[in-house]
Amino acid sequence: MTIEFVVNIFGKTFIIPETIVNVWIIVIVLFIFALIVNRKVKKLKVDEKPSNFLNVIEMYVEMIDNLVKDTMGEKHVKSFGPYIFTLMTFLLFANLIGLIGLTPPTSDYSVTLTLALITFTLTQFFGLKNNGFVGYLKGFTEPIALLTPLNVIGEIANPVSLSFRLFGNIMSGVLIMTLVYNAVGFFAPLVAPPLHAYFDIFSGVLQSFIFTMLTMVFIGGNLD
Amino acid sequence: MLQGITSEAFILGCSAIGAGLAMIAGIGPGIGQGHAAGRGAEAVGRQPEAQADIVRTMLLGQAVAETTGIYGLIIAIILLFVRPLLTAYLNLGL
Repeated sequence: MTIEFVVNIFGKTFIIPETIVNVWIIVIVLFIFALIVNRKVKKLKVDEKPSNFLNVIEMYVEMIDNLVKDTMGEKHVKSFGPYIFTLMTFLLFANLIGLIGLTPPTSDYSVTLTLALITFTLTQFFGLKNNGFVGYLKGFTEPIALLTPLNVIGEIANPVSLSFRLFGNIMSGVLIMTLVYNAVGFFAPLVAPPLHAYFDIFSGVLQSFIFTMLTMVFIGGNLD
Repeated sequence: MLQGITSEAFILGCSAIGAGLAMIAGIGPGIGQGHAAGRGAEAVGRQPEAQADIVRTMLLGQAVAETTGIYGLIIAIILLFVRPLLTAYLNLGL
């Protein structure tokens, strides 16, 4: 199933690929989901036990908060918890959407590069804010001034490797699944489920965890 | 022997060989990740109560070690599907 839009702006034709449309689908689904959870939480009474659905949501939120607390420290949970939570939820939905037959948005390099650039900007911003401009520039000349080019390249390589890792893993999964579906034909219902379990569920959940984890490590390294 | 082959087909074939060669990069991460997994198993055997932390650190390290292999994979995918060499040849206008 593919959904594509062709947009005409000022006489130029733009094709909006299906991965971008899938991002919109995920955003709308998450938005409605958040509204439902918000309404249910607001209705909650203190002396009543919460429903199963709210219990699962609470466990998930607590898990992410604990992860942030372990990696970045206790006092950053309030400021960075929401962003990490959003990133993790979006990546989980984006990687698992392959299970219902849509193309994962993360198999498009523009999506992963955008997410990695957000991490890069946050990292540099907090590096500047916490060390001051001179201290930030001085950080590149350590341990000796001769290594400055290497340090700069190493800093730029972070978002590249971060985005390529997510993109490469999901993209190779999509490629292999497409090849398998074309090769086995009618036997696809027998052959595909274990491959889906590996490429979509295991690899997808692991890669979204690793992306969030590395984001936390990079940003946390520049926080005081 | 090469007489019946067009230049475009020759470039496509060489791109496929290049993609295969680029995937040799997969050897390194395989060894590295296996090593990390082995050490992780050792650590869990020594300290079973710290299993959650050990597994998390191991997976993170393996993901970082995987980067070079992913670079090779990206090169292979670009050679196969984007075909920069063929575009460059066609732009020469020979």
